Amino acid sequence: MADTAESPAEPQSRHVTYCGVCSLPPEYCEFGGTVKKCQEWLQRNHDDMYERLWSADALAAATSSLSVDARKRAEKDAHKKALKAEAAEAKHAQTISASKVYIKRIERNKRKYVTSVTGLEAFGLENKKVAKEFGKKFATGSSVSKVPSGGEEIVVQGDVSEEIEEFLLEKYDVIPEDNYELVEHKVKKGASAT
Amino acid sequence: MFKKDISPGSKSKVKSSVQRAIRTQITTTYPLLAPYIDEIIPKKEQLDAMKIPDRVTLYLIGPTPLFFQHMTDAILPHLKLVHRFPTCFPSIRIDRGAIRFVLSGATLMAPGITSTGGRLPSGDKDEEGLYGESQKGSVGEGEREGGGWYGGRELEEGEPVAVCAEGKEEACAVGVLSMGTKEVKEKGKGPVVEEGHYLGDGLWKLSTE
Repeated sequence: MADTAESPAEPQSRHVTYCGVCSLPPEYCEFGGTVKKCQEWLQRNHDDMYERLWSADALAAATSSLSVDARKRAEKDAHKKALKAEAAEAKHAQTISASKVYIKRIERNKRKYVTSVTGLEAFGLENKKVAKEFGKKFATGSSVSKVPSGGEEIVVQGDVSEEIEEFLLEKYDVIPEDNYELVEHKVKKGASAT
Repeated sequence: MFKKDISPGSKSKVKSSVQRAIRTQITTTYPLLAPYIDEIIPKKEQLDAMKIPDRVTLYLIGPTPLFFQHMTDAILPHLKLVHRFPTCFPSIRIDRGAIRFVLSGATLMAPGITSTGGRLPSGDKDEEGLYGESQKGSVGEGEREGGGWYGGRELEEGEPVAVCAEGKEEACAVGVLSMGTKEVKEKGKGPVVEEGHYLGDGLWKLSTE
């Protein structure tokens, strides 16, 4: 029994590096549409692999096996794909610059507050996970609840609006600083009272 | 099968008896994997199952995806697992021209394999354990250990295969043969692997954390 327990300690499996941009193994980056970025990434992070994959003779060897016609078609296809990827990226960038994260402070009971965070989905964050992290970070209750107008919000107990902004800025740098908006939200008396 | 992006479902723990059944199923389907089964699925580790659309179940340990299964069909390895244990799966190779089609989810057709860049198991004992370019040693780390009987046997219809590519080290797809390799050689046309899991598809991109 002891033998079998020990043998996995020495790695039997290979460790494969995946591209940080398109998540494929680097040798397949050329089919991903974000070739330029992948190349840059590879050169920065795994120089030796970059040399092997993208050096001139490697490329020549790779394309020589195809007929001229097929090569042309492949090129066209790759071009189309790249354009598509670019368009998708531009769109993504636009949604990022257009959408905002609202951090609302809601008065619950005179000096007691809850903080609600909305708009994180637009940046590709998952409400449920972020809520859990808030809870851990601020040691308070933190939950995801549905908003009557559709969509979701994270409700964190206590007034932590500024801390949340700081925390988000530090942890998720996909969101530019200008896209945060702190809002004071007063609930009329009676509406929030139970 | 996974052309669209999949949103991660909820994980559920697999009963230990079911886990044992899966282990034996894997070792019978992929005998070459048997020596490593303890590394892939340690006995004490809790196996998780994630339900994804189209009645597919993905088995994983922690964040590492291992196998997926459509209903009760053959259990197929996730590509990340194929990359970890490349010599343990029966494989075929496609030529360079076919890669881009496969990576956009097309059905793998016979001409992509029967051409010079492609490779099928030849029934020749010398080609045992062939995977990608590994045996020629021209690309990558050269010959890998743990050769088996895969290259040296004709594969039947319905058998799971890893699809490698000309000039590449890693496998680019996995799927089930819809035509035996012998037939492929004779006919030379028609679909060979339909609906598989390929690099960059929904299953590949699925976040499993």
